[in-house]
Amino acid sequence: MSFDIAVRVRLGDRNIALACRSDARLIALIGPSGAGKTSILNMVAGLLTPDDGHIAIGGRRLFDSKAGIDLPVADRHAGYLFQDLRLFPHMRVEANLRYGRRPGGRLSQEDMLAFLGIGHLLHRMPASLSGGEAQRVAIGRALLSAPRFLLMDEPLTGLDRERREEILPLIERLRDEIGLPILYVTHDLREAERLADLIVEIPDR
Amino acid sequence: MTTESISLTQHDMNFSLTPDDWTVISLSLKVSMVAVAAMLPIAFALAWMLARWRFPGKLLLDALVHLPLVVPPVVTGWLLLILFGINGPVGRWLDQWFGVTLLFRWTGAALAAAIMAMPLMVRAMRLSIEAVDRRLEQAAQTLGASRLRSFLSISLPLSLPGVLAGAMLGFARSIGEFGATITFVSDIPGETRTLPIAIYAALQVPGAETTVSRFAIISVLLSLGALLLSELLARRVTQGRMPHVL
Repeated sequence: MSFDIAVRVRLGDRNIALACRSDARLIALIGPSGAGKTSILNMVAGLLTPDDGHIAIGGRRLFDSKAGIDLPVADRHAGYLFQDLRLFPHMRVEANLRYGRRPGGRLSQEDMLAFLGIGHLLHRMPASLSGGEAQRVAIGRALLSAPRFLLMDEPLTGLDRERREEILPLIERLRDEIGLPILYVTHDLREAERLADLIVEIPDR
Repeated sequence: MTTESISLTQHDMNFSLTPDDWTVISLSLKVSMVAVAAMLPIAFALAWMLARWRFPGKLLLDALVHLPLVVPPVVTGWLLLILFGINGPVGRWLDQWFGVTLLFRWTGAALAAAIMAMPLMVRAMRLSIEAVDRRLEQAAQTLGASRLRSFLSISLPLSLPGVLAGAMLGFARSIGEFGATITFVSDIPGETRTLPIAIYAALQVPGAETTVSRFAIISVLLSLGALLLSELLARRVTQGRMPHVL
């Protein structure tokens, strides 16, 4: 089972919940902004603790309130592509890529640079990158940390159409060639339909 | 121009320093540097707690840290005298266990300077710690970094210019420290006679105006240099987004 998730959390007066069991390669979480899509990714990454429930991805249990399992963030091996990217501003692209590098990734660094087309950016500072370049560096940094699964938070939002057409095929290749389970947040139904095996709607409540 | 003012100008131009002057200057630098170096980790820890932690009594700690800024320095010096004097609880303990006495020593002057510099150091560091985007630390953790590594590689370097600015500000404050120092360690030439105390001592002696003006100019230059450096560092860290040190 790729994904076995049933979590619930109360943030202020909002209830955020997701329950799904699926062998999908890529699940798209779709819903209006403020529905709690990012909070779900944060629960899977370990940055937000669910009130109760369980999270297992690729057969690995990350969280189980009944069994008292709650893996620390660093041990979950999530490749988290944040919506705001969060490249480290004081490090060059190369140091950003190297930051989380762990052995056992499915791509070597050379393959990664070629795959993402970012080999020429290594000595640049993040502030000098264009939106699409920063996006690809952030993807590279996540992939080089040898993740067991990917969390992608609206990776195409804020990019113009040209850049979207540049990143979309990359995500499709990640899904098809690298074979990591992907949990993908978007508010765009067409994007979800193009990428996802399974679409889960997160209602606004 | 009268004869008197000409002779005063000539006096002012005489800027060669005597060995005693050098003793005062090097003692001042030593006291200030030791004060800042010793206070640096403590101030950073306090700044970190005030910026990041939530705990009961935080408001009280915040107030206590700022106390030396608002209490008359002579009161701070008197409190140090009570605590660190020969019969003070801390002073006796230091003497019995380590054979260390601070009273009437340059180390005591450094302690007084450190306490007086603490609020300014903590304030500058706290601002820069608060300016660090905590989401970057979360990103580091998802990439497998331990809390220690994310602190050392993300939080510390990003707050470092503010930490240095705090140190410079503390240095400038220490160079100028007078009230708490003279109350706690008195005026002992070669041991506790720092620049401001030397100026005060010279003012008590008729005809020592040249000494006063020499020391005054040196004090101003040292403090000005440290302040300018701290403001430059603060601008670098905040890129104009945060309140200035000055």
